[in-house]
Order: sequence, then structure tokens, then C-alpha cells
Amino acid sequence: MDPLAFDLAHLCAGTLVLVSFMLLYQDRLTGLINTFAVHALVVSFAVAWQAFIQEAPHLYITAAIALGLKALIIPIALHRIIRRLGIHRQIEPVVSIGQTMLAGIGLVALSIMVMLPVTAQAGTLAREDLAFALSVILLGLLMMISRRNAVSQVIGFMSIENGLILAATGAKGMPLVVEISVAFSILVALIVIGVFLFRIRERFETVDIHLLHEHRGEQP
Amino acid sequence: MSDPGALAVLAILAIPGIAAALLAVLPDDRTTAWLNALASLLTFAAALVLLVARPPVGPFLIVDDLNVVFILLSTFIAFTTSVFSRSYISHELETGRLTPKYLRFYHAMYQVLMFGMNLALLSNNLGLMWVAIELATLTTVLMVGIYRTEAALEAAWKYFILGSVGIALALFGTILVYLAARAVVGEGLDAMAWSVLVQKAAGCDPALLNLAFLFLLLGYGTKVGLVPLHAWLPDAHAEGPTPISAVLSGLLLNVALFAVLRFKALMAANPAALAPGPLMVTLGLASVVFAAFMLYRREDIKRLFAYSSIEHMGIITFAFGMGGPLANFAGLLHMTLHSLTKSAIFFCVGHIAQVKGTQRMPDIRGLTVSHPLLGWGLVLGVVAIAGLPPLGLFMTEFLIVTSTFARAPVLAIILGLALLVGLGALLLRLNGLAFGEPYGRNDPTRASFLPVGAHFALVLIAGVWLPPALVAWFQYVARLLT
Repeated sequence: MDPLAFDLAHLCAGTLVLVSFMLLYQDRLTGLINTFAVHALVVSFAVAWQAFIQEAPHLYITAAIALGLKALIIPIALHRIIRRLGIHRQIEPVVSIGQTMLAGIGLVALSIMVMLPVTAQAGTLAREDLAFALSVILLGLLMMISRRNAVSQVIGFMSIENGLILAATGAKGMPLVVEISVAFSILVALIVIGVFLFRIRERFETVDIHLLHEHRGEQP
Repeated sequence: MSDPGALAVLAILAIPGIAAALLAVLPDDRTTAWLNALASLLTFAAALVLLVARPPVGPFLIVDDLNVVFILLSTFIAFTTSVFSRSYISHELETGRLTPKYLRFYHAMYQVLMFGMNLALLSNNLGLMWVAIELATLTTVLMVGIYRTEAALEAAWKYFILGSVGIALALFGTILVYLAARAVVGEGLDAMAWSVLVQKAAGCDPALLNLAFLFLLLGYGTKVGLVPLHAWLPDAHAEGPTPISAVLSGLLLNVALFAVLRFKALMAANPAALAPGPLMVTLGLASVVFAAFMLYRREDIKRLFAYSSIEHMGIITFAFGMGGPLANFAGLLHMTLHSLTKSAIFFCVGHIAQVKGTQRMPDIRGLTVSHPLLGWGLVLGVVAIAGLPPLGLFMTEFLIVTSTFARAPVLAIILGLALLVGLGALLLRLNGLAFGEPYGRNDPTRASFLPVGAHFALVLIAGVWLPPALVAWFQYVARLLT
């Protein structure tokens, strides 16, 4: 394989993991949304580059969806939502940044240790892409469990989807069905999320998930 | 397309799709509930055709011996639930818990859900199956939150977050399976088709398959409701409309289990790969033990039966994990009977919650006195679900425990004890619910007992006499499952 092609693909995947770390320590929702836009931008570039080196033009569609939907439309929509809810200036409590980052480093190390040995057959690029993709997925999960705010959880979920796209495009020749479906599911997910955010707002005047736990309907 | 099998498959997918579109645009009066039931009936009729005629295997869709069982069960319960849903929903409209606008949405979503589940069961492509299960998940999320109360929103949100994390893990596993298959089958659609993969699995890289199966088991296992990934299940069952609780327990959990079974077959076809059995046995047993103890502390009647669903999905996963013709046979039969019994129980519970105006068990008493039909229906259902003779679930639980005894006595003892613990909890609760002096609200019931009666009749017959043709059919499928 052309060394430049390899290096650039590697760089994109590595950058994505770095941006995932950046997501972990954002303590303002606006900063979080902007960082997510960067996350989506990096993914769309990574996918476009894969489309180029694999000579798989259908992947450009995936890249375009990632760019248009997740780097532009969703961040803009989320900005509008949090402004309408009046939570755009609030500082979000983040579970101790140091500990979260340490846990994140542990997860990245784990995914590299797990993925590299088992994918020996799969070709250098695919296996490193997979290791990075798993890191992004695990970091997204970490974000979802360490945040209480509905908007942050949604962003954590979408960063997981970005990791999945990276993995799917790294697996050369995977049929188109999956890429479209991933994009599709994100779209549907957004609708669901939009509905939820507004419903939660109607009821509680807040989107803090913490308050919802009061209503279990069951005694401890 | 002149082949009847291909037409039937087309109908199974097209009828719910068209019905969903129609129900979404038709004005909302009581006829839409009939249309919903009619569409479900037609789908079931189309599924019956698959018994005699099967289409050739295509790159996207497949009909084989395993999924015919699931499709028949699924479309049948979808039909009976739609009949139950008619009387349930009209009561909800009268009390104002649902507005006509939401009713239209509810009916359209019901059919989209059926479309998603049927597509998941019929798909021959790993990616397509994943999309279908995702679609089914999203529709159920929307339906769980339909009452828009605080508790319903929390339940839907929790379900959405946990469900999508599970779905995400499953997609990662699917990608890994494709990678493993690509080295053997080559690029393209074939590397994601079940029919091809099962034949070529022996040549796939075992390490990659192992890792993939872990992700798939955790991912789809979340949807099955296996402990420790079950947290969404009781909330989603308790807070959504009761027909959806019935469909969740009776069908959607099975669909997720079906996905696990497909991948298990793939693992079993590769001798060098990890044996999938012990993993499933562990998760299954953990679910049974955990749920059995959790049954004691429930105060909400729908939550009680949701935990009972966790217990039974654990039993089924355990049985399939043990493997072998006998345990597989028992697992398959147990799954069928559990779906029938549990959805019938939810039909009863739905009406009970409506006549009593509450789901809290301490406020429900003496049902056999105040509402004899509902009360005795519940008694029969709980006796069946607790695994007492002469009903069908006793036989299958007995088969599972005894077949385990021969191979792993310790596991059989743990399973047997957990089943007894669960039985105690259910009977304890039943005593309070069904007997004694009735008090509180006692509205007259206008329930339709047809779906409940049909399900219980099938379960009762299965306990006393299984048709030899059914036994032969299930035994044949059980042998295929390895």
C-alpha cells in the first residue's frame, strides 16, 4: 500500500480518538457541541479518504452524510435547543476530569490490546482502524455513563456511531446496506431525541436526567 | 414471483408496511383498531403459507426451518394482541389517557414494529437484520413514551439509551463477523449472508469470530434482557401501554434471542472458535437467579411480570446454551409457550389495571370475587408461568432441568432452586391479588376474552397433549440448532 495513503488514514483515525478525549473534558454544553462537530468533521474526512484509497465511490455518500448531518445540521439544531432551553451558559458538572481521562487511557490501551492480536489476518490498515474505532466506541460509552445531562448523553451516543462508521468503512468492501443504515439510524435517532428533549422540557423545565430518577413508581 | 412462498414472504413484509402507511393517514375513529387487527390477521395468514411453500434463498431474505417457528409465533401473537389492543385502547380513549392524535400514531407504530420484527426474522443478511432490529427498537421506544408521564418518559429514555448502546455493540460485532468472513468468502454481499456464512464458518479466523460473538452476545443480549443488561426492561414494560408490554415480552425479546441463536450456529460451525454455550449458560443462569429474587420486592403488577420475563428469557437462553437435541427442543417449546402465556397474562393485567385504576399490587385484592373471569384468568396465567403442572411450561422446565442433570448436576440444582424461589414469589403475590375481600375501585369490565382464552387453551393443550407433528417438527429444528 502507498505509504502516504496509509499514514493519512492512520492520522485521521488517531485524530478521532484525540477528539473523543476532548469530548470527555468539555464542561460547557456549547463547547461540547462544537467539539462534537469537529469529531464528525474528522470522521467525514476519514471516510472520504477511505473512499479514495479503496476506490469505493459509494463511501463518499457516507462521508457527505457525516459532514452535512453530523458536522453541520445536528450541532446547529442542538445549539438552538440549548439556547431555547436557556442552558447554554450553564457549566456542566463533569465527573472528576483526571479520573475520567485516566479511565479513557485505560480503555484505549484495552482496545488496542484486544484488537491487534485477533485481527492478524485482516491487514495492517484494517486492524489499526478497528483498534481506533473500538477506542472511540468505548470512550463514547464512558462519556454516556459519566454524564447526567440528556444532551451530553446524546452526543456520547453519536460519537459511538462515528466510531462505528470508522470501523465499517475500514472493513474493505462491506456492502452499502450498512452505511446507509447507519446514517439512517442516526437520522431517526435524532428525531427521537428531539421529541424527547422537548417532552422533557415540557414536564420538568430542565433536561437534567437526574431529576427523572425520582419517578420510579416503586419503593426502594 | 409466481412462487407462493415468495409471494407469502412479500405479503408478510408488505402488509404491515402498507397498513402502517394507511393507519398513519386515515382519520382516527374506532375503525382503525379493526383495520389494525385485520392487517395482523392477514400477515398471520401469509405466514401460514410458509408452512407448505418456501421461496428460494435470496441474498437478502431467507426462510428456513428455524425462522418459520419464530415467524408463525410472532405473527399469531401480533394478531391476538391487536384484538386485545382494540378493547384496551377504547378504554384509554374514554379515560383520556390517550388522545385521538396519539391513537393514530400508536396504530401506525404498531404495524411498523411488526414490519421490523418480521424483517429481522426473515433476513438473510447480517446488516439487514441489524437494521430491522434497530427499527423495532426505535418504534418501541416511541410507544413506551406515549403516555408522556414522567415515569413513561424516564422509562423510554432509559430504554433508548441502553437499547442503542446494545445495538451499537451488536453492529461492531457484525462488522467483525464480516471481516472474518471476508478472508474466506471474498468481498460483497455473500460475506454477510447467513446461508453462505454457516457453510464457510469453519474456514474463518476463530479469534475474530470469538471477539465478534462477545460483542454480539452483549449487544443483542441487552435486547433479550439478560442480567446485567436488563435495566431497561421492567421500566419499559411497566410504563408503556399494556399491548406493547405484551408484544415486548412475547415477541421482541424472542427476536433478539433469535439473532443470538443465528450467531451461535455460526460459532458452532467453527471447531476452533470458542464454544458459545458456556457464555449463554452463565448469562442465562444469572438472569434466572437474579430475577427470581427480584420478584419478591415488586409492588407494581406489570413490573412483577416484567421480572418474570427476565427469568424466563434466562431459562430459554440457558437451555439453548446447554445445547443438544433435548435441551434445544425444550428451549424452543419453552419460548413458544412463554410467549403465549406471558402475552395472555399482560392482556389480563391490562384489563385489571383499567378496572382497578391502579397498577400497585397492594391496592388490588380479591379479583376472583369482584371480576371472576379476569381473576381466574390471572390465576391460570400465574399458575402456568410459575411452571406448575399440568400446564405446558411445567413440562418444558422439567425437561430443561432433567436434561441438565445428566450433564452438569450443579447447574441443574442452582436452576431448580431458582425456579422454586420464583414460584414462591409468584404464588405469594397471586394470593393477595386474586383472593380475599375485594376493595378499592371496581369498575365493570368490558374486556374481550377471546385472545386470553385462545392463548391459555393452547398452553393447556400443550401441557396435556402435544400433537406428534409439532413434536417432530420442533425436534427436527432442535437438531439443526446443534
